[in-house]
Amino acid sequence: MFGLSIRFWRNAVIVGIVASAVLPMIPMIVWCFSSGWYFPNLIPEEWSIRGWVYITEPYSRAFPALLNSLLIAGAVTLIAFPIGIPAARALGLYKFRGKRIVEYLILAPLIVPELPMAIGIHILFIKYGLANTLFGVMIIHLILVVPYVVLVLAGVFANYGPETEQSARTLGASPLRVFFYVTLPAIFPGMVVGGLFAFIRSWRTYVFTLIIGGGVVETLPLVVFSFIGEGDNHVSAVLSVLFIAPAILMLLFTARYLTGEKGRGGFMGI
Amino acid sequence: MAQQDSLAVGAGVKRLFRIRRMLMERLGIPLMLFPLMAIILALFVGSGVFVIGQSLGYLPVIGLYDFNLDAYKSILQNEEFWWGALVSFHIAFTSTIISTALAIICALTLRETFFGREVISFLFQLSLSIPHMVVALAVLLLTTQAGLMARIAYALGLTDDISQFPQLVFDRYSIGIILVYVLKEVPFMGIIILAILQGVGREHEETATTLGASRWQRFRHVILPLIAPGTLSAFIIVFAYVFGAFEIPYLLGRTDPAALPVVGFRYYLDVDLNARSEAMTLNVFILFIILVITGFYMRITRLYIRKDV
Repeated sequence: MFGLSIRFWRNAVIVGIVASAVLPMIPMIVWCFSSGWYFPNLIPEEWSIRGWVYITEPYSRAFPALLNSLLIAGAVTLIAFPIGIPAARALGLYKFRGKRIVEYLILAPLIVPELPMAIGIHILFIKYGLANTLFGVMIIHLILVVPYVVLVLAGVFANYGPETEQSARTLGASPLRVFFYVTLPAIFPGMVVGGLFAFIRSWRTYVFTLIIGGGVVETLPLVVFSFIGEGDNHVSAVLSVLFIAPAILMLLFTARYLTGEKGRGGFMGI
Repeated sequence: MAQQDSLAVGAGVKRLFRIRRMLMERLGIPLMLFPLMAIILALFVGSGVFVIGQSLGYLPVIGLYDFNLDAYKSILQNEEFWWGALVSFHIAFTSTIISTALAIICALTLRETFFGREVISFLFQLSLSIPHMVVALAVLLLTTQAGLMARIAYALGLTDDISQFPQLVFDRYSIGIILVYVLKEVPFMGIIILAILQGVGREHEETATTLGASRWQRFRHVILPLIAPGTLSAFIIVFAYVFGAFEIPYLLGRTDPAALPVVGFRYYLDVDLNARSEAMTLNVFILFIILVITGFYMRITRLYIRKDV
């Protein structure tokens, strides 16, 4: 094509991929350590770690937001399991009437934008005193988080043989014992992956927290958003790094955890 | 006597077990699905009903009983609404089309084996795990008139003044917003298309080559039809997401005309109650568009989920 070899174009695409992944991050990383970097300087004139100190101060906006984010994402992930595991089992192991409708209903909240959902239900949260509370924010996050747990675990249950459970029951184990000693160990790797997806989905939720939390419940994305809006590049950059951290850690973790049979990205096609 | 008793008890227990098993089969699946369905019906379906209810002024739960189409009439005459719809459609369509084309090129390249492929795939996944908001900050720091690109242009002598660098964010054509989405969606779609390509294998292409097909013919008549269904479903997911997302147009877009979700959010916060029902109506419109789009999506059997939003 255009007189150049396919090899040239292939290398061009690779350079493009690397550049688009790395280049946008460079100014952000520099801004993490600089509080003054004025046009047209290519190198900052003032280096600073003000933002890093700021996030550790208990009275800053960032610190409580970070705690809220951890608390909400952690709690929502834990609540998602008892709701998601039975449903995943039903979807993974059995065929039943209306299964497709159930599947669509689970996928739908992942496609419909958050804004219409949040402003529709907000009035009900106000009526029952759930608006502007940590608990209300957790409840609304569930609708986004549980589908991830269900989808990952339904895949796990699809390759799961319930015969071992039957044997354990015949040998006199109580249903609870069977669950903790047979089912749980078998689905545990799936729970780790599903749980990580769930945690990160809640961690990065913005619109739901904004509307249901009403600005009273502040999480990390809300603070990041407002610093970006204010144009404080230094603090925005620091907070962004903090905001990305769990996803990057998860990527490194799952890359190691999943290599072996499925390889990276094996969970895309659920 | 005692033995007979225990036998009778044993038979009773067996019967109980049998009844239990029957009940499990009848009730087990609905019971297992109940907690999830309760949440989805209450929050997801509930919110849809509430948006529509409030847009019509009718929602008995909160004491609204007037049933009317006033909000619909006023929104259809509202210029901000039409501009918002246009801006959102432009952003969603342009960024999805560009992303799809680039994702196909990337997937075809990544499919070949070469040195460092693992690293490239990892970089792809890295971009996938960075939230949109952070990419928006990165684009801001890179492309504003005081951003790194403008500085480089100045240092190279391409511009003599801060205002000479083209406006790429808060601009008429939403270039900055589209750039954020392209940076995010190319990896997302690329990984899906790559998975499809690896799934279908190369036999068909090899056959085509044997029959004398050129590179372009192989792409047009073999690869494209094979990846089309999955690519279309990725296209629809991305389009629906971009059309309804509020954060990026809010951070990098103009305020007038603003993207539809931004207008919807602004109306929702308005103290005027009429604006509130207009906000509902506007969101009904967003939901309607998404519903129409996903109608196509539902017909496609292979489903992919976003792992990053």
